[in-house]
Amino acid sequence: MSRVVELSDLHFTWPRSTQPVLSLDALQVNRQEHLFIKGPSGSGKSTLLGLLAGILIPQHGRLSVLGRRLETLGGSARDRFRADHIGYIFQLFNLIPYLSVVENIILPCHFSPARANRIRHQGTTAHQEALRLLAHLKLTDPALLCKPVNELSVGQQQRVAAARALIGAPELVIGDEPTSSLDSEHRTVFIELLFDECARTGATLIFVSHEVSLAALFGKTLNLPEINRAETLAAEQ
Amino acid sequence: MKTILMLAMKSLRNRFIMVTLTVLSISLSLTLLLGVERFRTESHHSFTNTIAGVDLLVGARSGPIQLLLYAVFHIGHATNNLSWQSYEEIKALPEVQWTIPISLGDSHRGYRVVGTTPAFFDHFTYGARQPLSIERGDPFDDLYDAVIGAETARRLGYEVGDTLVIAHGAGEVSFIEHGDKPFTVAGILAPTGTPVDRAVYVSLEAIEAIHIDWRGGAPLPGVSISADQARRLDLTPRVITAFMVKLKSPIATFTVQRFINQYPAEPLTAILPGVALQQLWELIGVAEKALFAVSIFVVVVGLSGMLTALLTSLNERRREMAILRSVGARPIHIFGLMIGEAVLVTSMGIALGVALLYLMFIIAQPLLLSRLGLYLGISMVSPFEWLLIGLVWLAGLLVGIIPAWRIYRLALMDGLSVRT
Repeated sequence: MSRVVELSDLHFTWPRSTQPVLSLDALQVNRQEHLFIKGPSGSGKSTLLGLLAGILIPQHGRLSVLGRRLETLGGSARDRFRADHIGYIFQLFNLIPYLSVVENIILPCHFSPARANRIRHQGTTAHQEALRLLAHLKLTDPALLCKPVNELSVGQQQRVAAARALIGAPELVIGDEPTSSLDSEHRTVFIELLFDECARTGATLIFVSHEVSLAALFGKTLNLPEINRAETLAAEQ
Repeated sequence: MKTILMLAMKSLRNRFIMVTLTVLSISLSLTLLLGVERFRTESHHSFTNTIAGVDLLVGARSGPIQLLLYAVFHIGHATNNLSWQSYEEIKALPEVQWTIPISLGDSHRGYRVVGTTPAFFDHFTYGARQPLSIERGDPFDDLYDAVIGAETARRLGYEVGDTLVIAHGAGEVSFIEHGDKPFTVAGILAPTGTPVDRAVYVSLEAIEAIHIDWRGGAPLPGVSISADQARRLDLTPRVITAFMVKLKSPIATFTVQRFINQYPAEPLTAILPGVALQQLWELIGVAEKALFAVSIFVVVVGLSGMLTALLTSLNERRREMAILRSVGARPIHIFGLMIGEAVLVTSMGIALGVALLYLMFIIAQPLLLSRLGLYLGISMVSPFEWLLIGLVWLAGLLVGIIPAWRIYRLALMDGLSVRT
């Protein structure tokens, strides 16, 4: 089974801070795995996602995503890597307010020729793929497409954001507490839709939340405070 | 690049009111800047165009600018007249090629009446030495014939054969009219874009005829000489207001000027129109420069408004930038987006400003011509105006760099999570 994420002896400290926020001995995520990462606020979940997305670079350690050593790549290369291979879903305010639903979804294709090519190889267009994803995420009302995105419900916004993360079939999908503003019923529906679409494209899903009840839905769960040695290191210092 | 431009345009459309106000403030400030510059160049052009081919302008002793203004541009009044005898003597100088005498002091419904001779139609030129041409009718032939300028005819609706009555004095409203001696429109001049368009031309003899029963600027009590009776009298002018001189050779200009300025019979002033115009520009140049400086400050204020609007929106846009980063936008894209917005706002401001400038000139042109006799041409954007536009555009770009740099730094710092 091939590894999508592989990191070892990784340390990250925010600039102007003396205490590390993340210190991990090792972490592996396999292809097509659905990993749930839990932990309280401040446990380093968002920092870990920032590292996996290539936005942040560790001060120490080895960080490999899809076989690429992100800590060795320059800023531009990491940006390009993220655009081509990673879909990212935020917690809230996921959409660009001045773009339409479809424009929001196809936005990554503008920054990633690789995603645009993958869509083309499927014999379709970015617009058609956006509509297909919306339909798959149960957003089929044509009136919805004409609505300003900030008039959509929170649940609808999250599904549009998921469609944006999934367009162009990225190999890794990262969700940073994307269900925290949904009620329990919508939360489960949303996650199942996400699983379906990831399964269709063969994507790996890393999902972060502090809601432990969601862990049961995922194939693998990781409690970040258990493997993050940052606090221990700080105490030792 | 295309994506960034698309995002910038849609982002601006999303903040319609703020953007509209910013564009409006930039456009109005640019209109003011270009308007001041264009008014300066066009008014210079208009003044320079008004008189051509005249070597000397002669009037009673006064300042050169005053003489130039009342004799050529019909602005202000003469303080004194000069005698016909002096005029005849100077005209007879061997160096003189031709002269055009003019007599001012009367008006018709706000338009100046100029007493002159047929030499005016033969010799007067404007602009690039263009002679006057009569569009309809003929030059004056009868004593009570008048030739009117194009603007006078258009505004007052006169045609050849119509009758008009001259009023005493050069004001817009006159209470004393020479109603006993009406004139007939004999000809209408083609438009020139100079004060000629706003005048009524009659013969010097006609000026003499309408004042034959007047003394000291008022009708003689109990004396009334009819129009026909006046025809039989000697109507040789006693005084005129000024005259234009063309010399046979420009080399003689200073000699003749000195002769006239030292004329023993009466105090006269001879000026070179070009030199007097230059003095006029020097006089009003200070005010023009001050106005230009004020308009530059207004542009700075307009661009500061844009900077304020962009800076105040930065914090609320940090999450938007994080989303863009998550879909693969690089910090340089974020920087480009902010710069693109500033450039688009400045460009729209410039486009609207130039459109407003032309609209303003289209509206102001007939008003300035009819009220001030100032013809402002509507021409293409000049190289200097392009330079000003380019500088404003560049300033807009530089102004955009400040918020762009800040958001660039924030985008690097925030990454995918906004840490406020």
